[in-house]
Amino acid sequence: MASNAPLLSLVIFLPLVGVFFILLTRGEEAQVAINCRWQALLISTAVFLVSLLIWYNFDPTTADFQMVERYDWIPGSSIAYHVGVDGISMWFVLLSTLLTPICILASWEAVQSRVKEYMIAFLVLETLMVGMFCALDILVFYVFFEGVLIPMFLIIGVWGGQRRVYAAFKFFLYTLGGSVLMMIAILAMYWEAGTTDIPTLLVFKFAPALQTWLWLAFFASFAVKVPMWPVHTWLPDAHVEAPTAGSVILAGVLLKMGGYGFLRFSIPMFPEASDYFAPLVFALSVVAVIYTSLVALVQQDMKKLIAYSSVAHMGFVTIGMFTLTTQGVEGSIFQMLSHGVVSGALFLCVGVVYDRLHTREISAYGGLANNMPRYALVFMVFTLASVGLPGTSGFVGELLILTGAFKVNTWLAALAATGLILGAAYMLYLYRRVVFGVLDKDSVKAMLDLSPREIALFAPLIVLVFWMGIYPSTFIDMMSVSVDNLITNYKVALGEAGTAMAAR
Amino acid sequence: MNAVTSLPEMAPATAEIFLAVAGIALLMFGVFRGSNSLRTPGWLAVLAFLVAGILVVARTGTDDAFFGLFITDAFARFAKVLILLGSAFSIVLSFGYFERERKGRFEYPVLIVFATLGMLMMVSANDLIALYMGLEMQSLALYVLASIRRDSLRSTEAGLKYFVLGALSSGMLLYGCSLIYGFAGTTSFAGLASVFSAEGGTSVGLVVGLVFLICGLAFKISAVPFHMWTPDVYEGAPTPVTALFAVAPKVAALALFVRVLSGPFGDLLDSWQQILVFVSIASMVLGAFAAMVQTNIKRLMAYSSIGHMGYALVGLAAGNEAGITGVMIYLSSYIFMNIGTFAIILGMRRDGRLVENLSDLSGLSKSHPMMAFALMVFMFSMAGIPPLAGFFGKWYVFMAAVQAGLFGLAVVGVLASVVGAFYYLRIIKIMYFDEATQPLDARVGGDLRAIIFGSAVITLLFLIAISPIYDKAQQAAISLLGA
Repeated sequence: MASNAPLLSLVIFLPLVGVFFILLTRGEEAQVAINCRWQALLISTAVFLVSLLIWYNFDPTTADFQMVERYDWIPGSSIAYHVGVDGISMWFVLLSTLLTPICILASWEAVQSRVKEYMIAFLVLETLMVGMFCALDILVFYVFFEGVLIPMFLIIGVWGGQRRVYAAFKFFLYTLGGSVLMMIAILAMYWEAGTTDIPTLLVFKFAPALQTWLWLAFFASFAVKVPMWPVHTWLPDAHVEAPTAGSVILAGVLLKMGGYGFLRFSIPMFPEASDYFAPLVFALSVVAVIYTSLVALVQQDMKKLIAYSSVAHMGFVTIGMFTLTTQGVEGSIFQMLSHGVVSGALFLCVGVVYDRLHTREISAYGGLANNMPRYALVFMVFTLASVGLPGTSGFVGELLILTGAFKVNTWLAALAATGLILGAAYMLYLYRRVVFGVLDKDSVKAMLDLSPREIALFAPLIVLVFWMGIYPSTFIDMMSVSVDNLITNYKVALGEAGTAMAAR
Repeated sequence: MNAVTSLPEMAPATAEIFLAVAGIALLMFGVFRGSNSLRTPGWLAVLAFLVAGILVVARTGTDDAFFGLFITDAFARFAKVLILLGSAFSIVLSFGYFERERKGRFEYPVLIVFATLGMLMMVSANDLIALYMGLEMQSLALYVLASIRRDSLRSTEAGLKYFVLGALSSGMLLYGCSLIYGFAGTTSFAGLASVFSAEGGTSVGLVVGLVFLICGLAFKISAVPFHMWTPDVYEGAPTPVTALFAVAPKVAALALFVRVLSGPFGDLLDSWQQILVFVSIASMVLGAFAAMVQTNIKRLMAYSSIGHMGYALVGLAAGNEAGITGVMIYLSSYIFMNIGTFAIILGMRRDGRLVENLSDLSGLSKSHPMMAFALMVFMFSMAGIPPLAGFFGKWYVFMAAVQAGLFGLAVVGVLASVVGAFYYLRIIKIMYFDEATQPLDARVGGDLRAIIFGSAVITLLFLIAISPIYDKAQQAAISLLGA
């Protein structure tokens, strides 16, 4: 069944073909804008459809990398363009290709200035995101990982809100600051292992003392990206100021790059350091879950509230992966996918009302259930999914993570579980203030319900939320072999280290 | 033994001899033509650089001439190609400028030809005397170039400042050379290498001489703490001359630096490594912090180039093959980013007059979208963001530093690059995020546009060409250090 077509490269570079066509578009400004929107939508939908072939061709019975492509890039230093997917990365590729057309559709009317550049930025961003998840060479990974900063910086800075310049700079410098330390670690790994090839590095045993330093350097980068408390402060600013689609892609995919990094690099390559630092990760994550949930409770700005809830949800994710139990790791991957869909959709919900009233103040709304019933329904589905209601995608991830956490430490699970209660509190409180209540503001009365374009935007996400909530096996079966392999290798590495210690 | 140098023995220096003849011929041409038009002699000089470049790359292997004073190897060829590219581009850049200012003089390309000849001799120097001759030939021509606008106060001031400080640094360099000669008894690089490799070959006097030599060379590449002249000279000199200063002499002086330290003084690594680590850190940090408060784009580029020299020195400080490879890759990316940026600065005109303030760039993305895009590419590249050219330079120099175990240097370096990213981003912010105040003139000369476009494409697609560049740079490093 495996085809010989370079499927991954096609998915990675097809958006750039779209960029090329958009660049060629000339003519009157209004006409160019319309053409660019359609071109971007068509090309990103095409990319999504092609990426479904990855799923179709994926063999869930092996933990090896699949659909591998390898071309020499810099033969002198044995660096190659090497891509492939396994059960962990495949879903993130699909998540990226799914959210991009949705983002482009979401910006259909909201973005009116420099439409051409905007669409180019999004398509370039798609190439970089997909490339990052597929990369099997650590330099290729780093190039894509860092390259993402360029289009995102522009998206926030050019099409953002009032304080966009501050937010764009903060986003860029925070993430760059973390990543450059990772670059030093990558170079140290290159000299130690003599290669930048990820599959080779995955089986290479680094000395325990070196592992500690490498782990910390990678942690500096991924912790900022996830983001973990206390380096999360760029996220609320970036989310609030970014245009709606920017927030969607930021919450939906960019945050997952940190979590993916932990699973791809920190845990399998530095098992002993991961074991050593796991309590630190747990502590920071629990603080993130409880503290940012409390902060979310008092927010007056809708986007800020959802941004803080993202930090809390990502706290769950980091707890899950460092439990290193099957349930915990599968749960954290599932939670990342679910969060990508749900928080992306929540930002879209905010975008819908923001497009109509041009404010994100919660107090400016109220009683929307009366004049926007369809919107109220959609918003409710995603609110409850975010809370983790059984039957929605949020429930599965959180349940698995807590199960994993219980196996490791009861207190950890108990403290993390408070996040569920707080999450319900701030999300339902938000929903009550925006959707329920009396419809007494004239500006709000004038708001129209969802347009067909907006329904088309939400429909696939709603289907996914229920699909993931009701029949999660579709997703978990694909990743379980890779996750088991990750955990087995981790346990073996720790076991060897333990025997070495005992023999001394 | 026959003391007369016969023609075949001069073959390794063909390119230099050709360039010297071409320079003199160009001078005659200019004098007898009696016109001050710049374009014809300018294009002839570019042609001369092209021919010299062909002569340079036509040679293979390692040869010396003039009784070992002059050497051509893969390292010299790599550096020479970069220098010739930089010089040729900066001549093309200057046409529009001098025509608008009506200050065109045929001496201008002639002086660049002689300065370039000096640079080529610098990178091929295999003896302290040859080193000094090349360096002075380059410097004297550059002093005149800095003050070529004799009627402008700032230009003459820049020239004078450059001359006084340059003469001081040459004096220090010469003093260092004489100390080294006094203690080692030879000026030949090969001779020095054999002195130092012998047991007990070093002495305090030699190390003092080495320090003076390093100070003199650090002046030429404007590394901290010998950087003070750079912002003033960059700001005062006519912009096309600044563009030249930022590129070709930096490549030449850095290549000379690499050759001197890793060749004859290679065995004294312990003595010079800590000096270079300090100079490198100081340059990166000062370049990053001082550039933040600049409002004039030429001054900003001066601090930026100080920072870039700091990064290039990271590779030299590592003192290994990977380091020299890194320096050469760094310089290859550096010249294109800089030439492109200066071409844009030369295109910044309002009502026909050059403007130099950062705020003049506001709204550039609306009025000149392609130019703004190119400048954004250069800025992200200088900040070292992948997948642009500047990232690969940084990647390879830090790779060498990590191999040499200089983790402190590497960490400080990358953190300084984050600080430095701030001011590069500020330029992008001004172009893309700020509203336009008063648009710049719409028309930008064809020469400039071609150079901007070309450099931007090279900076963007550097990742495709990295493999052959890496190979050439590695050959250069091997030719210098021996296999």
